[in-house]
Amino acid sequence: MTSVENTGNRRLTPEELERFGAEMDAIRQRIVADLGEDDAAYIRGIVKKQRTFEAIGRALFYLPPAWPLAVASLSVSKILDNMEIGHNVMHGQYDWMGDPDLNSRMFEWDNVCPSDQWKYSHNYIHHTFTNVLGKDRDIGYGILRMDEDQKWHPYYLGNPVYAFLLMVFFEWGVALHDLEVENLVAVRRTLEENKPLHRGIMRKVKRQALKDYVLFPLLTGPLAPLTFAGNATANLVRNIWAFNIIFCGHFPAGVASFSEEECEGETQGHWYYRQLLGSANITGGRLFHIMSGNLSHQIEHHLFPDLPARRYPEIAAEVREICERYDLAYNTGPLHKQLFGVFKKICRYALPDRVTSRAGQPAEADAGQPVAA
Amino acid sequence: MSLDLGGCLLRSRALAALASPHRVDHYLEQVNPMWAAHDVRARIVDIHPEVTAPGAPRVATITLQPTSTWRGHRAGQHVTVGIETGGGRRTTRVFTVASGEGKPGDRFALTVRAHDDADATPWSISKFLTERAEVGTLVHLSQAEGDFVLPDRVPEHIVLVSGGSGITPVMSMLRSLQRRTHRGRVTFLHWAPSAERQIFADELAEVARTGHGVDLHLFHTADGAPYLSPALLERLVPGYRDVPTWACGPASLIEAAQAAYAGSDALRVELFKPPRTTGVAGGEIAFTRSGTTTPNTGATLLDQAEAAGLAPESGCRMGICFSCTTRKTEGTVRNVLTGETSALPDEDIRICVSTPEGDCSVEL
Repeated sequence: MTSVENTGNRRLTPEELERFGAEMDAIRQRIVADLGEDDAAYIRGIVKKQRTFEAIGRALFYLPPAWPLAVASLSVSKILDNMEIGHNVMHGQYDWMGDPDLNSRMFEWDNVCPSDQWKYSHNYIHHTFTNVLGKDRDIGYGILRMDEDQKWHPYYLGNPVYAFLLMVFFEWGVALHDLEVENLVAVRRTLEENKPLHRGIMRKVKRQALKDYVLFPLLTGPLAPLTFAGNATANLVRNIWAFNIIFCGHFPAGVASFSEEECEGETQGHWYYRQLLGSANITGGRLFHIMSGNLSHQIEHHLFPDLPARRYPEIAAEVREICERYDLAYNTGPLHKQLFGVFKKICRYALPDRVTSRAGQPAEADAGQPVAA
Repeated sequence: MSLDLGGCLLRSRALAALASPHRVDHYLEQVNPMWAAHDVRARIVDIHPEVTAPGAPRVATITLQPTSTWRGHRAGQHVTVGIETGGGRRTTRVFTVASGEGKPGDRFALTVRAHDDADATPWSISKFLTERAEVGTLVHLSQAEGDFVLPDRVPEHIVLVSGGSGITPVMSMLRSLQRRTHRGRVTFLHWAPSAERQIFADELAEVARTGHGVDLHLFHTADGAPYLSPALLERLVPGYRDVPTWACGPASLIEAAQAAYAGSDALRVELFKPPRTTGVAGGEIAFTRSGTTTPNTGATLLDQAEAAGLAPESGCRMGICFSCTTRKTEGTVRNVLTGETSALPDEDIRICVSTPEGDCSVEL
């Protein structure tokens, strides 16, 4: 386990945790009280842009020379739909608006994973038990070995290959995540338990495939093969982008994981502390933040998953300041640096601990050096 | 014909499959909010003040031009109206249609009295409609609903009873009957606090003047007019217990009518009941789907539902995962995370972090 100590961080005393939690609560309350027209206008503006990119993308497939533009436009549409709109709306970030089209219970996104199943594994399991080994199934997604406390097995020699495949087929990975295949194999879960999920997945897969791989290609007549390839490419681009952004959320160097014992009877203050040390940010410009669904502010997202993501940049300044006062690391860095940390982890944990322990320890201390806030 | 063809295309399965996972309406509204395949929206085309007496709550008639998806309404039906009243928040509330029965796509009117909903932020929808709304404002609608309606074949003699703003569905019935050139008799009894606060005063004066088979009686309680009683009914409508009657108004009027018609099946009623707010604990919680009620202990709605033997869906129990989001139909709840209270009707709340204050109804 990459314990808190291994990331170079200190443990807070119960009193400190309580004050720390109160400071985080204060940020939440201030933002909640301030929610209003600007937030509503922002998300509606993003929805309008997404719809426009989609319409342009679909239309440009009628112009074969514009094929790359069509793919780019459709890719942007799918990325916006899944990340800045879908992920955030389904977190309930805009439920306060009372608009059924932006309500977490009603929203469905443009990928093969049914929203209700995703909300269970993501909003509940992952966000409640973030980085708690044995509880958070997002540690390695049941496929990869991303933590030293996941027992090594020759299967994990394929870690980099599995990661690559997961990247290419990311939306399918997300859709199958809830079937808990790793638990089926370990006989901790039965096929019977998955039956109710199958129908939902199949229905969603059929609809997505019908639209992207049958109807829209057919509508372009003789250009159908090009449209088919274009739609597949747009889905691939979205898969690669989403995978990379999301893997930078919890797997870069310096991110801590926790044991179930550490989190027994956890206080609200410790929950915030765990969210902070279990997440990592990516630096970038405004456009980058929007295209990442503001998951480039993974720390703020995990502290306040139900606050509108457009608020994360403004919250970040305060969170950093609080981290400095408590002498806690605020893990952030440019995309290439965070990705390199993730890549190193994927490769290192492919091998058994004995091999990595000698070279690995100092390397970890080095890579684990958090960027000072 | 061509319009119909367009509607069929917009509502076709093929177009729905192309728009999936979103709806065709999600694309149409980006071009023009008045274009719709399924959703119903409307623009306010006229606002006419009805009561502006100082000290009295304002009353206004709001005329709406709905989208072509509006299927029309029967006299006496109501519609759910959603409006952004400020702060990026949409609130919804049910209003009765006041204009006479209408065909699909027809303009129709709501007559609205300004109510102070406890702490509706920043405006209650009825206050917004009567004081703030402007011609051109967009509103979100349901289809017309409700079975407090006149039958297709109206009986020879009917009685209409209303109190306060409960006059709207009854007025819709009266207007429809006049348009249908109903030849039978209508006895119309209405109670209002005073003449200055009388809604539709001019139109009612016209009805009283021309007659046309309408026997109109206005009772202004501030002037010492008698309240509804069996004796009053018997004097105005001999044998009233056998005359089909429609009554709409505040609880006191409906209770009086129900007592007067006890044992008779001639009475149909529509009641507007405001929720009571009794403080932190106290009051009663109604779990409407299961039909269970329980005294309010002041604990979170999730805890109280579980204590009542229900098993609502839930997850984190700390307000972050939204698994337990449930519709509260009425009552005031306090969010234990923020300390904010909300009395909005038909609001989605996270029951794991919401404690009811007084009476509360949730769809569980």
